[in-house]
Formats: sequence, C-alpha cells, structure tokens
Amino acid sequence: MKYTSQLVAKPYFIMALILFAGQIVFGLLMGIQYIDGDIGFPAIPFNVARMVHVNLLIIWILFGFMGASYYLVPEESETELFSPRLARITFWVFAAAAVATVLGYLLVPYAELARITQNHLLPTMGREFLEQPTITKFGIVLVCLSFIFNIGMTILKGRKTVVNMVLITGLVGLAVFFLFSFYNPVNLALDKYFWWFVVHLWVEGVWELILGAILAFVLIKVTGVDREHIEKWLYLIIAMALISGLIGMGHHYFWIGPPEYWLWMGSVFSALEPVPFFMMVLFAFKMVRERRRQHHNQVAVTWALGTSVMAFLGAGVWGFIHTLAPVNYYTHATQLTAAHGHLAFFGAYAMIVMCIISYAMPILRGRPQGNPVSAQKVEKFGFWAMCIAMSGITLALTVAGALQVALQRIPESGEALSFMATQGELMGMYWVRLGFGVLFALGLVAYFASFFVGAKTVDVEARAPLPETP
Amino acid sequence: MAEKFTKGMARNIYYGGGFFFLLLLLGLTVDTVRQLPERSNDEKITPEVALGKELWETNNCIGCHSLMGEGAYYAPELANVFDRRGLANEEAFKGFMQAWLAAQPMDNPGRRKMPQFDLSQEEVDALAEFLIWTSRINDNDWPPNIEG
Repeated sequence: MKYTSQLVAKPYFIMALILFAGQIVFGLLMGIQYIDGDIGFPAIPFNVARMVHVNLLIIWILFGFMGASYYLVPEESETELFSPRLARITFWVFAAAAVATVLGYLLVPYAELARITQNHLLPTMGREFLEQPTITKFGIVLVCLSFIFNIGMTILKGRKTVVNMVLITGLVGLAVFFLFSFYNPVNLALDKYFWWFVVHLWVEGVWELILGAILAFVLIKVTGVDREHIEKWLYLIIAMALISGLIGMGHHYFWIGPPEYWLWMGSVFSALEPVPFFMMVLFAFKMVRERRRQHHNQVAVTWALGTSVMAFLGAGVWGFIHTLAPVNYYTHATQLTAAHGHLAFFGAYAMIVMCIISYAMPILRGRPQGNPVSAQKVEKFGFWAMCIAMSGITLALTVAGALQVALQRIPESGEALSFMATQGELMGMYWVRLGFGVLFALGLVAYFASFFVGAKTVDVEARAPLPETP
Repeated sequence: MAEKFTKGMARNIYYGGGFFFLLLLLGLTVDTVRQLPERSNDEKITPEVALGKELWETNNCIGCHSLMGEGAYYAPELANVFDRRGLANEEAFKGFMQAWLAAQPMDNPGRRKMPQFDLSQEEVDALAEFLIWTSRINDNDWPPNIEG
C-alpha cells in the first residue's frame, strides 16, 4: 500500500461482502418460494424477500464502488485521500442507513413502513429497485455527496489520470441520475419513463464507466502494460458504452407508453450494447497476454478476465437475445429477463467488485504480493463455483423463459395458457435454478473461507520484493 | 490497433460521442414528454386513480406482479387485468377486485401466496380505477394476448 489513507477502503469491502452474503440468503429463499409458495409466508412474503435481495445487491455494489474508489484514487492521484476521517464517518452513516432500511423491510409491513417514514410528504416508495423510504433516499444522496466531495478533492490536489477522470465522471453521473428517484409523477407513463433514468442510465450507462475504470486500474497493476495503451482502450470502451447505451435506453420504452419511434431507435442502439462489453473482453485478454510482469496475485488476474467474459455474456449476449422489439414483444417480462438480469449483474458488477477486492484486500492486509497460493486456490475454487452456478441459473431461467413464450405468449387469446398455469409447467426449471443457487452459495462460502487460509505464510511473502509498478 | 490511432482520438470519440448522444436523448425526451399525456389519457387521471397509484406503491405490488411488463415475475401481469378479469366492464371489474382482495391469502397449499392488505372498499375501488386507467395507456399493443 502506497498511501495509508487507502486503508479506509477496508471496511467498505468487508461490508460489501457481508451484504452480498445477505443477498444470497434471500435469493435462496425466493428460489424456494418459486417452488413452494407456503415457505416463509406470511412472515417474509415474496415481495419482501425480493426487495431485500435486490436492495442488498444495489447497496453492496455501491459499497464496493466506494471501497474501490477510496483504494485506487489516492494511488492514481499519488497523494493521500483528502479526508480519511470523512470517509470513515460516511461509512458508518451508510452502513447504519442500509441496515436500518433492510430491517424496516423485514420487520414491518411495507405500507406501515411508508406511513412511519412519512412517504406521503414526498412519495417515492414502492417502485421497483427504488423501494427505499424517502428519508433513506436523502441519506443516499448525502452519502454520495460526501463520498464524491472526498474523492473529487483528492483528485483535484493530485495527479489527474484517465482512470481517475473516468471514475469520477461515472460517480458524478451515478449521483446525478439518482436524483430522478425523487420524481414520481401521478401519471404512471411519465413515472416509468423517468424511472429508467435511474435504472438504465446507472447499469447500462455510468456504472460501465466505473466498471471500466476499476478494470483498467487492476490491469495496469497486475500486467504492467503501458498506461497510455490501457487508457486508449478505456476511452474507446466507455465511448461505445455511451454511444450505444444512451439511446439504447429505448429498448425499455417499447411497451410502457412512449411513442413508436422508440421501437426502432431502441432496437438499433441497444443492439450495439454488446460492443463495449466485447471490447472489454479483447482488452482484458490482450493486456494480460502482453503483460510485462508476472504478478503473484494470480487470482486477481482471473477475476479481471472473468468479469469481462461474464459481463459480455450476461449484459451483451443475453441482453441482445431479447432486445430487438419484434422479439421483445414476446419475451418482455418473462423469465428471460430474469436470466439476463442475473448474469449481467453478476458478471459486470458483482465480479468487478470481487476483482478489486481480490487485488486490493491482500495489500490492505499487509500482503503486497497477494494472498498465499493456498488461499488463492480456495478463492479460485469459489470463483469457478460461482461462475458455473450463475451460468446454470441463467440457462435454467432461459429455458423457463423460452417455455413461457411458447406456452403463454405466442398462442392466441383463449388458447394460451394462463400465467399461473404456465408457471406450473416451469417447475422443473425452477428446481434446476434452485440447485445452482445452492452451488452458488457454496462457492460464496469457499470465497469467504479463502480470506482465512494460509495466514502463516504471509510474513515471508510480504518481505519478498514487490514487482515493479509503472 | 494501428499506432496511428492515438489516445487523443479515443478521448475525442468518448467526449464527442457521449455529448452528442446525450443531447439526442434530451431531444427525444422533450418530444416523448410532449406526447405522453395524450398517449396515456392524462386528463382522465382522477383523484381516485391517483389514490390507486399511491396504494399500488405503498403496498409494494410491484414486488410480485408486473405492470406493463415491469416488476417481478412471480405473479400475473396487471396492466391488462381489467380486460382479462373484468372483461373490460368497469363494474364487473370492481366487483372482481373486491372479492379477490378480500379472499387473500387463499388456502391453497403450495401455491404462491398473496398477502392480505386490509384495504377498505373505497381503497380497492381506487386500485381498480388505477388499473383501468393503466390498461388504456397506448403501449404499442403489448401484451400479445389476454394472458399478459
């Protein structure tokens, strides 16, 4: 570690992983409820489990992004963090708000939570992914402002690298687009239109900038490839992300009220959305092939390559499958969407956070060369188990979605099966999904265990000379 | 990549492309926001419809159902439930809604369960009005059939 203030990243990473574990617990519960609707009811109805599952995902990814920023920005800027104290305070505020909100979901009925938190004063609750009480949303804004101020001031006083500038652009975009979550007009069509300004412009827009910046940083560190070269690729990737993704938002506007021209605009531009992800695969493999040194933290390299491949498959290929309007007409809101959502979020965002954790955490723990080989082996097992499990979940849901289209969507009214009857036909696939969900949980346990393997060898490896960093 | 392609060029594509498409998005948004009131029958949003939307939100209906195909996929699509269960008859649909919501959760072992939300008769009517209004938004003829 070059700057002591990078240490503030550590609690962010730990918190991210704790919330990740919580997300998986509720994911398993939902996997079971898909098969037997009585399990957990009425204590934790499906809607509550889903809200917790998805909100935990968003929060842990945000913790991961923050930890990544606190770690890499001082190193890129070549200066200490502007205020480590502010970063620590922000951590506790965010952690407390996150835990309180999730407990609110679990302990009181949602309508009661809306009453307690005075939702009627500024109604923002009850929309998918934006279920947080309005007061929590204000808390998120405050946390983001404090975080961006801290990161921004650090960059201002230090070196302004491309990685830094792309990262801060992504973070500012994240904060700005979140403001649309406070806009909840009475007109549902208008509400839905601007709801996507948070959801799409996050995950298919500014988050890709953050993803690109973190990936570029890790690749610079583990491959030693010339920074100029990596930065050129980074610019091209995020250029394609914005060029395809901004108007690509139209693929969400096909069937929710906006005019017909979105049908072709959304189709054409979102069909280009796999391009930046494909470039990311080329980028990661090219840089690793051209590496100038062999970093001892091999598993961090595995994560960097893995995230590019899985993001390309999940966000790119599985997005493309159902993004064209004539196809989406039949697949919209089937299990195919769930398949795409799972692999895309895991590949792009869960894996990039685990990638930076895999690179940075050993250093924060006094292991500049990475974890001992024994720990890396366990971590690699976790990597493969989670990747295979998520691929299995995706394939099971893809088959379920295809069946749903065939049974419920394509036949004429009167001949098509009803929603619930169709769901009965998909039960086999839901069992397969649950099986892979259990495998995923095992992979996660192995991943966690890797943090505690081989502590004794650390001293020796810590004293070994560090590979040169450009 | 040819060495002639410099980092400066890549940067310009990023800034130029990003800025251009952001402007295009803004333009399309202005146009869409102009058209949405007519496509959604904005003038037909009564206080009851507004109350219905509020109830839809504060009971987290989207956590199980989808509405115009967005939400969870655990329970049926509801943007066309007026056509499916009310046969496009407002009184019949309100009657159905009253009976359906009162009957939850149904005693049907293993089946997916809908909680009891303890809504008043007026509230259920408002929810019905909201769903009736929603069913009439011009959504480019989605879904393909009545089953949603």
